[in-house]
Amino acid sequence: MKPKVAFFDFTGCEGCQLNKLNFENELLDLLAHVDLVEFREAMDETSDEYDITFVEGSISSPSCVERIHDIRRRSKILVALGACAVNGGINAMKNIQPIEQVRETVYGQDKYRFATLPAMPISAIVAVDYEVRGCPMSQPDFLQLFKALVMGKTPPTYNYAVCVECKLEENECLLTKGQICLGPVTRAGCQAICPGVGQACIGCRGFVEGMNREAMVEILTEKGLSVDEAVKRLQLFNAYEVAV
Amino acid sequence: MKKNLDINVHHITRVEGHGNIVVNMRDGVLEKAHLNIVEPPRFFEAMLKGRSFTEAAIITSRICGICSLGHQITSLKTTEAALGLEVSEQTVLLRKLLVNGATIQSNILHAYFLAVPDFLDAPSVFPLIATHKDVVLRALRMKRLANDIGDIVSGRAVHPITPVPGGFTRIPTRDELLLLKDKLLNEGLPDCAATVETMKALAGAIPQFERETEYISLTHPEEYALYGGAACSSDGGTFPVEDYLSVTNEFVVAHSTSKHARHKREAYMVGALARWNNNYKHLNESALAGAETLGLKPKCYNPYMNTVAQVVEVVHCMEDSVRIIDELLGCGLKAEKPNQTPTRYGRGIGSTEVPRGILFHDYTYDNHGRIVAANCVIPTGQNLANVDADMQKLVPEIVDKTKPEITQHLEMLVRAYDPCISCSVHILDVDFKDA
Ligand code: SF4
Ligand code: SF4
Repeated sequence: MKPKVAFFDFTGCEGCQLNKLNFENELLDLLAHVDLVEFREAMDETSDEYDITFVEGSISSPSCVERIHDIRRRSKILVALGACAVNGGINAMKNIQPIEQVRETVYGQDKYRFATLPAMPISAIVAVDYEVRGCPMSQPDFLQLFKALVMGKTPPTYNYAVCVECKLEENECLLTKGQICLGPVTRAGCQAICPGVGQACIGCRGFVEGMNREAMVEILTEKGLSVDEAVKRLQLFNAYEVAV
Repeated sequence: MKKNLDINVHHITRVEGHGNIVVNMRDGVLEKAHLNIVEPPRFFEAMLKGRSFTEAAIITSRICGICSLGHQITSLKTTEAALGLEVSEQTVLLRKLLVNGATIQSNILHAYFLAVPDFLDAPSVFPLIATHKDVVLRALRMKRLANDIGDIVSGRAVHPITPVPGGFTRIPTRDELLLLKDKLLNEGLPDCAATVETMKALAGAIPQFERETEYISLTHPEEYALYGGAACSSDGGTFPVEDYLSVTNEFVVAHSTSKHARHKREAYMVGALARWNNNYKHLNESALAGAETLGLKPKCYNPYMNTVAQVVEVVHCMEDSVRIIDELLGCGLKAEKPNQTPTRYGRGIGSTEVPRGILFHDYTYDNHGRIVAANCVIPTGQNLANVDADMQKLVPEIVDKTKPEITQHLEMLVRAYDPCISCSVHILDVDFKDA
């Protein structure tokens, strides 16, 4: 029997959803191997149970918490897709400002009308079996994981830095050119796509385990940032982890 | 007949983000007809505070994956206006090419994947793989081509990498652009012609409904305005984009985490149909011919025809992309570095036509190049009041239909606007209190 697959989204930009539809060449083949039972952006049908569930976006309101518990109960395997779901992503930046002030900035005197929580990764609320990192989620990574799960294998994980991939890709090092690059502490798996086109890594795949934060801040201050600016740069996609 | 009717579509499918349709009628009197936006708010403007000018576009791109290029380009233009950064002609051409690609990508996604299933009475595009394989393959091919534009020119189609304030971190090569041109000519244009034929065959399923409203879009004296221009209203008048607050007049309503907007009337419409109504004269000939085939006439008041206007724009953008590549190659590609040396610090306002309509960003920078105030006005937010007004006119007109039929008409109406709900839930017009 083909595995029943579902997709759900929480607070995010839907870029990860879109990135899945962007496998134009492989899409029909992938679909042939699974039974797609729920994907609200693209279809009307729903289902009660799922073998493999992909979840995009962060948890950021009381109703999200309820929904993710319900989804987890009905899912055999749960995969977090993209930075928002894996580590809070860009949404978590709101956490580092007082919530009162954030609400007031956006809704003025109507600030109490809408319930909100700090932005959290999916794993803060329920168990997550696998993850695909990146903002948007890295496509080759997703493809590998998808194939592995459909074939009942364990997907690969990455716990080395983007710098390693830069070397493999023979990119010119941007730090030595004076740019503010987070490659030394960011998890690989994207094939160093940003440095490959002349743009510094901004840490969208989250950090390697046991990263040396002080050393990274020091490198960044050597490039001309203040300590505050360096921490802010690390927080861009990782404010949930780098809270202060 | 004094009818009672209660419709509650929880989390409408085949739209981006979470919204509910709520309609209540008592004894033939319509009490309520709303699109409720229930997506959690995301507070982007607050996130921008204190951020460097090099980070603004990275952050605002994440407002919406579907519109990421549009947010990014608008953000870059806004920052450049605030900091007095000039960009080269080549940069403008490359950005226009990207805007074309993003318009094709988004319009194709909506027309084929989200709207066509309605016309064929299918619950999604997936069963069509079996019944209409050539159509699905064509749709995928066109999406791929649009994404190729994004990949080649900006490093990645979703959340582009190379566009930065003042220019690009990487310029595509001549060979890459030639290859792209070749695909546009040999694949893109024939697929456009076939798309018009497919849509023509399906156009009978588009509901007949009209409600004249105010249409707002950018306009430009020489071109079909997507990259830039002045704001204009079908009720008369063009405004510099700097006056956007007098156009958008946002307000908070109880049933939506996204703000609503009104200008001269109770509501206005933005998006492909508004652009068509205001600027059809500037479309290229093949797009105008496509419009004629599809029965889209200047000044169209049927919101369901927004999908048709999107298809017409795809034809225009495909051909226009070939023209831009020719112009770029004709001038000879230059290996330029982005201009990131501010000549002033202060406030800047930028506007672009993104697929769903006119988008405004507004930032104020301190003299270290850090944001002290920010505001983004998003197309879907501007359309929400108009969707409600359409529903209020539509429901009494179709009240004799069955409840499932009425529900389907309402869902199709909401989908026709191609709403991007994730986008619309972080609109604000209040400046930072301690700025
Ligand atoms: S990870 Fe990035 S692309 Fe994915 S939903 Fe979040 S903001 Fe969007
Ligand atoms: S290089 Fe860095 S910012 Fe770019 S995709 Fe990889 S992890 Fe993300």
